Amino acid sequence: MASTIRLKTKIRDDVTTVRAIIRHPMETGFRIDDETGERIPEHYIKKIIAKHNSNIIFSCDWSRAVSKNPYLSFMFSNSKIGDKIEIAWFDTKDDTDSLEATIE
Amino acid sequence: MLRRKFLKILTSGFAVFATGLLTPIKVLAEWNQAAFSAKDFDTAINAYFPNQQIHESDQINIEVYDEIENGAVVPVKVKTNLKNVKTITIFADKNPNPLIANFNLTPSCSGFISTRIKVSEPSNIIVIVNDNDKLHMTKKFIIVHENGCG
Repeated sequence: MASTIRLKTKIRDDVTTVRAIIRHPMETGFRIDDETGERIPEHYIKKIIAKHNSNIIFSCDWSRAVSKNPYLSFMFSNSKIGDKIEIAWFDTKDDTDSLEATIE
Repeated sequence: MLRRKFLKILTSGFAVFATGLLTPIKVLAEWNQAAFSAKDFDTAINAYFPNQQIHESDQINIEVYDEIENGAVVPVKVKTNLKNVKTITIFADKNPNPLIANFNLTPSCSGFISTRIKVSEPSNIIVIVNDNDKLHMTKKFIIVHENGCG
């Protein structure tokens, strides 16, 4: 199955900009299904962990109020072409996914 | 005695193994349930930053539209020149749960994050930056026409 994560990196000098888009419904638990009239259960990402060459460099704690198909960008230094960057997410249903990319 | 020593080695070895295995669970356990469930801004902020003074700051820049049609997708960019940024935390004071997202930075990170959030009604977008010294706060009021949380 295709990854839920799309990861792009851009490096300038030794500073890498990471941009990620994750395919995820980010259901608040507040929405009502128009057809059944029932509440759609909550289902959202609570945690994101980013690693640079296996070391955690950045992480997020999220609520239900991050938009559907979340977008995330951050920047870090002390990086070079060929370094590994990994993003992993963990959600309210204990689902998880991760993706590793090489800075180029 | 020997058996006890052996058990000790066995359990300590297991502890190391279990720590590695349990990382995601441990990480999820650090998610601040009380703060994320809080239904008003003051409760959320007291749960997330208990007994801490918050100082208004002009060193945080929140890039967000003044007015937005659909509250389901509100792009937010935060930049700060503060050094040693440990966390950047975003709130929308009128949301059903005002605490939206927290970002944990390490020393190699730039004082920058960008994401997209849901906002239910006209609200102050409040950003708090912890620079390992104190809490700095900046806010920006935005108008939202369509509830992004419903």
